[in-house]
Amino acid sequence: MDILHQYGPALLRGFGYTVLCWALGTVFAMALGLLIALLRHYGPRWLGWIIQVYIEVIRGTPFLVQLFVLYYGGPLIGLRLDALPAGLLGLTIYGSPYFAEIFRAGFRAVPLGQLEAARAIGMAEPAIVRRILLPLSMVSALPALINFSIILTKETVILSIITVPELMYEVSRMSAETFRFVEANLVLALFFWGLVEAISRLGRRFESRVTKHLIERT
Amino acid sequence: MQASAVEIQKVNKYYGPFHALKDVDLSIPPGRVTCLIGPSGSGKSTLLRCMNFLEEYDSGEIRIDGKLIGYDAPGRRMAGRALREMRRSIGMVFQQFNLWPHMTARENVAEGLIRVRGLPKADASARAAEALAKVGLADKMENHPARLSGGQQQRVAIARAIAMEPRLMLFDEPTSALDPELVGEVLSVMKTLASEGMTMVVVTHEMGFAAHVADRVAFMERGELVAADTPDRILHQPQDPRIQSFLRTYHERNSF
Repeated sequence: MDILHQYGPALLRGFGYTVLCWALGTVFAMALGLLIALLRHYGPRWLGWIIQVYIEVIRGTPFLVQLFVLYYGGPLIGLRLDALPAGLLGLTIYGSPYFAEIFRAGFRAVPLGQLEAARAIGMAEPAIVRRILLPLSMVSALPALINFSIILTKETVILSIITVPELMYEVSRMSAETFRFVEANLVLALFFWGLVEAISRLGRRFESRVTKHLIERT
Repeated sequence: MQASAVEIQKVNKYYGPFHALKDVDLSIPPGRVTCLIGPSGSGKSTLLRCMNFLEEYDSGEIRIDGKLIGYDAPGRRMAGRALREMRRSIGMVFQQFNLWPHMTARENVAEGLIRVRGLPKADASARAAEALAKVGLADKMENHPARLSGGQQQRVAIARAIAMEPRLMLFDEPTSALDPELVGEVLSVMKTLASEGMTMVVVTHEMGFAAHVADRVAFMERGELVAADTPDRILHQPQDPRIQSFLRTYHERNSF
């Protein structure tokens, strides 16, 4: 118990960083993913090819490698970032192609007729995206968005490699100083389990609210 | 003679090698109901969808109240803003209703008034209520489409179109997706609209509606406009063998 007393505050602070990195990273990655999906949907064909290459490269390489390149390779091209901003940027880039693909699938699931109805009354495309395309694509995209957000919680541990003081970083320090590997990693597991449980509960509630009116009467 | 509401001249449309509309000429008189009939795949829906440029035609001209739609000049596409401007005054009703399922009936109708006409929300909502009352759905305004029957959904779709105060209404097989017992309520709303002098173009398989409500009936087959005349001359005294054969098939299928 002494050990918890000693490391408790650091672990809690680490968990705070974990939640912060996850929340901001997810929001930024989702926003970038949405932008990518929209550019591919509405942009010219050459842009689509560039986006396709971006998606393949990011999805095809490990997050750890991307983070190393960004944090240690960045300064070579003048991109000098502190650990936390580098970690957030890394998460944003890493998550964006997955989110982009989820949005793309969501867009495709929206019946063309409902978009035509909006065009036929003279709605402009940005309004159609905001009012029709996005809300309706959520029916099919939301479960996948929540799912990938949950996956991202566990990717945050990799930020410890570039010394972001999140939970994994603190747990590693505690293990190294006390040799209590089992206890330390048990704490880590419990914290993550709690976080994921909370997110999926919130997600389910959000999902049922968004799709409430979309279920056909049977 | 009064100028046409829609003037279609030598319109051609291709889907790859498939020639979907062949040199189609047709004038739609204002304040009247024109029905487009013909076999499936004859191009009537395609022609209708060209009238608000949901479908692009490849050559020829379609003029709405004298103004060319979709192009500034032959071969030069119109700017998006100008096309949207024209579409504001053309209402469209689809076979599959195409209501937005995440909005109530009232929100469906108000959406265009807010986003396109720029009305304040309260005004749009009040106008939406009026339009819904007009199609007999005053008591269903707060329902989402999933809680409405097909006939009710199609009436909401009509209200959504008329709330925009269009000068022209296009109906693309408005009753084809409905259970037979729900067809009547939609047709009666359309009849009311016709009696108020709305210019209507209706693609339909309802020969009864064409016979009793239409002022003109145009028959299409294989992308060609075969004839356009009074309902009586098309439906009761058809001269063209293609129309005769179509009507024979129709009567055989509907007799028992």
